[in-house]
Amino acid sequence: MERTAPTTGRSALPEAAILDREGLDALIAALRGDGYAVIGPRLRDGAIVLDPVESADDLSWGLIDEQDGGRYRLVPGDAQTAFSHTVGPQSWKRHLYPPRQTLWTGRRDGRGFTVETPADPVPHHAFLGVRACDLAAMAVQDRVFGVAPHEGRSAGQERFTDSGYAARRAAAFIVAVNCGRAGGTCFCDSMGAGPKAAGGYDLALTELPGCGTPAFLAEAGSATGAALLARLPGHAAGPQDRAAADASVEQARAHMGRAMVPDAGPLLARNLEHPRWAEVAARCLSCANCTMVCPTCFCTTVEDTTDLSGDHVERWRRWDSCFTVDFSYIHGGAIRQSGLSRYRQWMTHKLSSWWEQFGTSGCTGCGRCITWCPVGIDITEEARAIHDSEGRG
Amino acid sequence: MPRKVPKRRPKLAVWKFSSCDGCQLSLLDCEDELLAVADAVEIAYFLEATRVAIHGPYDVSLVEGSISTPHDAERIRRIRARSKVLITIGACATAGGIQALRNFRDVDGFVRAVYARPDFIDTLATSTAIRDHVTVDFELHGCPISKSQLLEVLNAFLNGRRPVVPPHSQCIECKLHGTVCVMVARGVPCLGPVTQAGCGNLCPRFARGCYGCFGPKETPNTAALAKQLTALGWRDADIANAFRSFNADAEAFRREADANAPLPPPAGEGGARAKGVGG
Repeated sequence: MERTAPTTGRSALPEAAILDREGLDALIAALRGDGYAVIGPRLRDGAIVLDPVESADDLSWGLIDEQDGGRYRLVPGDAQTAFSHTVGPQSWKRHLYPPRQTLWTGRRDGRGFTVETPADPVPHHAFLGVRACDLAAMAVQDRVFGVAPHEGRSAGQERFTDSGYAARRAAAFIVAVNCGRAGGTCFCDSMGAGPKAAGGYDLALTELPGCGTPAFLAEAGSATGAALLARLPGHAAGPQDRAAADASVEQARAHMGRAMVPDAGPLLARNLEHPRWAEVAARCLSCANCTMVCPTCFCTTVEDTTDLSGDHVERWRRWDSCFTVDFSYIHGGAIRQSGLSRYRQWMTHKLSSWWEQFGTSGCTGCGRCITWCPVGIDITEEARAIHDSEGRG
Repeated sequence: MPRKVPKRRPKLAVWKFSSCDGCQLSLLDCEDELLAVADAVEIAYFLEATRVAIHGPYDVSLVEGSISTPHDAERIRRIRARSKVLITIGACATAGGIQALRNFRDVDGFVRAVYARPDFIDTLATSTAIRDHVTVDFELHGCPISKSQLLEVLNAFLNGRRPVVPPHSQCIECKLHGTVCVMVARGVPCLGPVTQAGCGNLCPRFARGCYGCFGPKETPNTAALAKQLTALGWRDADIANAFRSFNADAEAFRREADANAPLPPPAGEGGARAKGVGG
């Protein structure tokens, strides 16, 4: 049943327990007591975003999200559940790889200059409510930022580890949540990324609905997680609890709002001149929302600032997108002028060339790019249209 | 120790054409940074701030406002001739401003309707961007401009580097700030996906759709957005009105407005789109 390596040799510690609402609250309190800033899903501005939480009361109890292409609405659900919503507009990369980072600062110093690296303390975050798709996305970014080795074409990247990402990642305590409900734009199952967390967490919670009161199966995925679990008020989990948790996850698996066609990577690679690209380009706003909300998109640009005297300079790294013209600017001009070329670059990278580059898919099926596209362009629908046209040919 | 090579401070001039003065005031609004600006440049001409007027040539000219009279059209050429770098600031200077709405109607009719003595009025049929009359080195969008972008542009020119004023969408700015999309989460019509960033996502942070104050972003797909605005309940006239505001005569916005609600051609000969009409 456990997909993660169990905490061997620590048999005194529980590997699973049942927590109620007080237990969940105790979990947040324990993490805060251990010096973590707990970030979790909470309501703000009509959506469930990833903001600091101080207690279980801050979580999104009784809210579920209706999601479709270009549409997101919160509606009332089972008031006894804290996690029956799915993923919101933000992903955890916001905290692991912030939108703006200072790379270095410089100061004129007599006839020369001094360069300093900002000594920002590494934030100790506890991420509460990380879904399987987003855990998979962290594993993808671990490869991109040189934290995890891989066999892709950019193998060896760990020699150039992004130190900031690596430090924040290593410091993070992860509480995963296995989904008991799938959203309208979810397709993690067809990407092999969910809805059950496959590892990479310290604790995993599965909400057990229908108990009349809040109940969570908590499973440890690391020694740290097991040690924390031992400090929480709960009772031992029995086989029937695990069966109920499994049934809940299967419920989500059976109700995925979307599905990706099989072998999308090779499919796109052999259809680079397909007429469908022009059709989607006519709808695409090149607004870059899909890349901003994507949990694996990692592209940035570099911005230099000076003060008026020119004596102080700063170099910043900021999230950028393959949908901007400047992004593909090389000597002589931007190489992806058309919306068609930019959309095709994004989608083929995500589903096809990512495999060659990093040895995985760049998509985990979270569905954010579908929901948060202002005009509702659907990556699964685009892949399916090309797939179906081959069948007709 | 800071290096202080004695050198002539660059001369800065601030010019006004048809406009509300709001963009110039952004410079005075810099408050904390204003002293640093005054230290870094010699303010040679800036009537909003000082009566002192120092003769050109000028190292940097900031130009606010649109060209709407024969006198304007002549004056901007003289200013250009005396300016090493000419930067236009605001929707009036970069797109003709709200007063460019007259470009789509009969200006003589307006003059007759508004003024007791129409014969006193010497105006062009159009209100146009500075770029339509003289070469412009950099355009700063916005109604009004953002003071931080203005400082950034001045700063960049003083330090001989490229200004960091990205031409990308308002959406990127919303996402960087963590603002929830009002169009997706609330169904609020928003021009953000076709509008250039820079305002600090002012309206979406307060659950309002973007009004397009910063004008078209690079490669704007207004037709695709208009389709979505229709799906959200806007009529063609609503869409046309949204695009016919502070940046009504910016090409992409003008075309989209016309596509949704074509206007009758202006009556009379005054309807010809005057470009660079001198006195």
